[in-house]
Amino acid sequence: MSNVLAVIELKDGAPRRVANEVVTAARALADALGGEAHALVVGPGGAALESLARHGADAVFDCAHEALADYHAEGYTQAVAGFLDGRDYGAVLFGATGQGKDLAPRVAGRLGLPLATDATALGSESGSVIVTRPVYAGKAIATVAVQATPALVSLRPNVFTPVEDARAGAVHSVPAAVDPGSWRVRRREVLGGSGDRPDVGEAPIVVSGGRGMQDPSNWSLLEDLRDSLGPNASLGASRAVVDAGWRPHSEQVGQTGKTVSPRLYFAVGISGAIQHLAGMRTAGTIVAINKDPDAPIFKVADYGIVGDASEILPRLAEEIRRVSAG
Amino acid sequence: MNIVVCVKRVPDTAARIKIQPDGGVDQAGLKYVVSPYDEYALEAALRLKEAAGEGTVTALSVGDAASAEQLRSALAMGADDAVLLKADVGMDGLTTARAIASEIAERAPDLVLFGVKAVDGDQQQVGLMAAELAGLPAASVAATVDVEDGAAVCHREVEGAVEVLEVPLPAAVTVTKGEKDPRYPSLKGIMAAKRKPLVEKDAAPGEARLAVRSLAEPPARPEGRVVGEGADAVPELVRLLREEAKVL
Ligand SMILES: Cc1cc2nc3c(=O)[nH]c(=O)nc-3n(C[C@H](O)[C@H](O)[C@H](O)COP(=O)(O)OP(=O)(O)OC[C@H]3O[C@@H](n4cnc5c(N)ncnc54)[C@H](O)[C@@H]3O)c2cc1C
Repeated sequence: MSNVLAVIELKDGAPRRVANEVVTAARALADALGGEAHALVVGPGGAALESLARHGADAVFDCAHEALADYHAEGYTQAVAGFLDGRDYGAVLFGATGQGKDLAPRVAGRLGLPLATDATALGSESGSVIVTRPVYAGKAIATVAVQATPALVSLRPNVFTPVEDARAGAVHSVPAAVDPGSWRVRRREVLGGSGDRPDVGEAPIVVSGGRGMQDPSNWSLLEDLRDSLGPNASLGASRAVVDAGWRPHSEQVGQTGKTVSPRLYFAVGISGAIQHLAGMRTAGTIVAINKDPDAPIFKVADYGIVGDASEILPRLAEEIRRVSAG
Repeated sequence: MNIVVCVKRVPDTAARIKIQPDGGVDQAGLKYVVSPYDEYALEAALRLKEAAGEGTVTALSVGDAASAEQLRSALAMGADDAVLLKADVGMDGLTTARAIASEIAERAPDLVLFGVKAVDGDQQQVGLMAAELAGLPAASVAATVDVEDGAAVCHREVEGAVEVLEVPLPAAVTVTKGEKDPRYPSLKGIMAAKRKPLVEKDAAPGEARLAVRSLAEPPARPEGRVVGEGADAVPELVRLLREEAKVL
């Protein structure tokens, strides 16, 4: 028997979409390993946690502590490592979100366990966990065996589609083994950002602009397209415009920016340099808008329009609004 | 102020990765560089040393003998000395982190800087693992690192915002691209690098437990289609996104 633990990420007290993806993957892996799927919630989850059982958790462990209301690296590391102490899991899964990428390696270091990050597929072979993960920024795909128990793995967002697999999983409160007095890192402040849009690295729809947008003032056209696509759409950018100071690095997509796997990616005025492709080639559907019919981006795009972005974008936003309304 | 900066030898970002029939990466014509984020970490370290007016910057790499080339680049940029920990770590970040942590324990620097990730394995884990193993407080994804009153003050990229963290020294920080571009080595720097100390040691970080079973080229994307030219092509594009791709 090998149980699998999903470490849950919350937003405003509710599991994020990625949390449901991680539970779904934990369910499938637990079935393959012949064990149960459990979910661990660090922080105040409350009533919302029952939804995790709908996605396949046999049990939900609620590890709340007033000092864990906001993510704190040391606190969450203590909480997760403390929970695992004395418990027997075959695998522990995290979302490869900003938070997951900060937390999982710390837990791995603390427990002396190897970690496979950014998995795009999970399996098992004679009891050990096998992970598929893109390497060289997606220019190659590695299959790795995690030779440790538990196997620590983080999962790339938007890849594992959440499925409903209702369980009678009850929520159990467990004490958080944390000692806030031992935490050394102090948060001074948080600057800017309402954070009402998903991070580009996690958004299911991404609208990216490049130097072909001509001027930062034209970003309003991309914002309008993004808005037409709903609250799950976020903006991205090529490195050329980040280097020019038009957009922040946090929006950069590519080998030295974020890796994205949205189901829909718009590349507008982006040539399609190898370092840009590296970050977005695993997107579900790619749409390119570029005035140069020979731009390399058209080689990876599923659909393209040749033409001037400033003419095409307003029509596109309008048409998307029209069909969504109708 | 003594700073250790970890640098990794990786294929150039423009390189095409060709997989050989035996599953290895075709090395023919493959150019290697310092992983780009490590260059940002190095730049941050050199600026901190310059601001403090004293101290040392040590470049550290875990890898095979060829990694000396990247350490020389770091020395040419301005690092004072370099250490190569020779070990075959493959893709296992934990063994890399172990090698680094034991060297950190020996040197006890004030600050250890890492690139947020190496662009070959793309794992984004070694810095934070090494910090845990060495018992250092750490911050990740820092666009800026300053030192104030015995603490590293980091502006780190979080979802849609910037978090300002204070990490008491000695500390570890993983660095992302910031406003300061990495400097190019001057000719003088390149000449000086040849005379700077580069120590090689055998590291014994233990057995790798993240074992690569196979390496493959990604599936080719199916040939795309240009729907049309100009704004008139928009309705057809939207129809295809709805009816064919089913993403709207
Ligand atoms: C170490 C390293 C790391 C890198 N990492 C990244 C990375 O992470 N991400 C990244 O993106 N790049 C990265 N790059 C840079 C990359 O090589 C390219 O320089 C960059 O992606 C180009 O950005 P772009 O496509 O916006 O600009 P350009 O190459 O200038 O292309 C602009 C495109 O816009 C089109 N265009 C112009 N006007 C219009 C118009 N009116 N309407 C429609 N189309 C128009 C043009 O035809 C052209 O195709 C990296 C480079 C290096 C060396």
